[in-house]
Amino acid sequence: MEIPYTSQARPDTGIYNAKVGIWLFLASEVMLFGALFSAYILLRVGAPDGTWVHGLLNIPIGTFNTAVLITSSVTVVLSWAALKMGNFGRYKIYQSVTILCALGFLGIKSFEYKEKFSHYEVWLKKPITVKHGEHEVQVDRLLGHIEYQGKHPAFWNTKTLAGATEIKDASGKVIKAAVPPVEAFKLEPDPFHYTMTAKEIAHAKKAAAGKPHEAIEIKAADVKRLSAFVPSHSTYFAIYFTLTALHALHVFGGALVIFYIWGPGAKMWKTDPEQYINRVEVSGLFWHFVDLVWIFLFPVLYLL
Amino acid sequence: MSDHTQHDSHHDIAKHVKVYILVFVALLVGTVVTVGLNYLHFESMRLTIAIALFVAIIKATLVACYFMHLISEKKMIYVILAFTVFFFAGLMGLTLWTYADPPALTTFH
Repeated sequence: MEIPYTSQARPDTGIYNAKVGIWLFLASEVMLFGALFSAYILLRVGAPDGTWVHGLLNIPIGTFNTAVLITSSVTVVLSWAALKMGNFGRYKIYQSVTILCALGFLGIKSFEYKEKFSHYEVWLKKPITVKHGEHEVQVDRLLGHIEYQGKHPAFWNTKTLAGATEIKDASGKVIKAAVPPVEAFKLEPDPFHYTMTAKEIAHAKKAAAGKPHEAIEIKAADVKRLSAFVPSHSTYFAIYFTLTALHALHVFGGALVIFYIWGPGAKMWKTDPEQYINRVEVSGLFWHFVDLVWIFLFPVLYLL
Repeated sequence: MSDHTQHDSHHDIAKHVKVYILVFVALLVGTVVTVGLNYLHFESMRLTIAIALFVAIIKATLVACYFMHLISEKKMIYVILAFTVFFFAGLMGLTLWTYADPPALTTFH
């Protein structure tokens, strides 16, 4: 069966069908992300004083990734314009930049995720004294990377410290060996906080120059709570991962479609250039929407 | 005649391309402004949020109007989007309404 109005405009709407289709889909997408933004607002205003997480994301990396996504958005629209002018070669070049940007965005995002999985917050039962630049301060809450038996483990939580008993299957065979409890571990506290201004960072770097990074020995018995920056850390990270992972899935899906049209689907340029241009436009509309969502996600999650 | 139309549309597209580049630059500037203002650390959190959202809305409008061609679209698309705006505003309105009529013993932070 032939799908009607794939290249020519339908007389009553004045547009080809796929365009109506993508806009209806984008309308539903607005509500999907809208619902999650609404959840964000309610979680944030409902958070007890001082518990909403600030400044734990890397702003320079986030800014760079924003620029990457904006670049991909402009190359999408430029590739469409090139096709409109009949320049297939230039379309191919622009859209390959789009695909590279999409991969770059996802690569940077996964690096950020990986960082969060091995970055910890430790709440202590009693305050301890640590060096903060030139000062000594009393803290009962520390941020940093854990060093244990020469490794930087990811996904630890308070329960990890207690170790684990061995697990056997029905025949008595050990499936999972016992893990001894952690008695003490080292914490490398964050040297520079992401919320510090450029001036403060420069000052702190100067003060710390040449000195080895001092790891703090922490006894498991003194730990009240320990968590990596994963969804169970806080409602902030729960909504952060929900929103950004859903967005990253959109980036992945959009890139897949753009890649298909760019590569194996490009045969259509010879057989039906009108429909081909429309495909590029519709996939582009989706891509711009994904960029548009990020325009809100970036300040909301990284800056505010 | 058809040749002439073809030529005209090429010329139009070439003009569009200039606009796309301008929008691209504006989006990058908007990003730098958002991040830059954030490092200034305003006293009021409300003001910080208002400014960040204001810049984000301008950027989103630029993307929607020029990259997504909403500045010159057919009526059908506007009708679909009118519904979207209505329901999205309703969703946010309901969210903000929780401020106006909280259950007893609720505290806001």
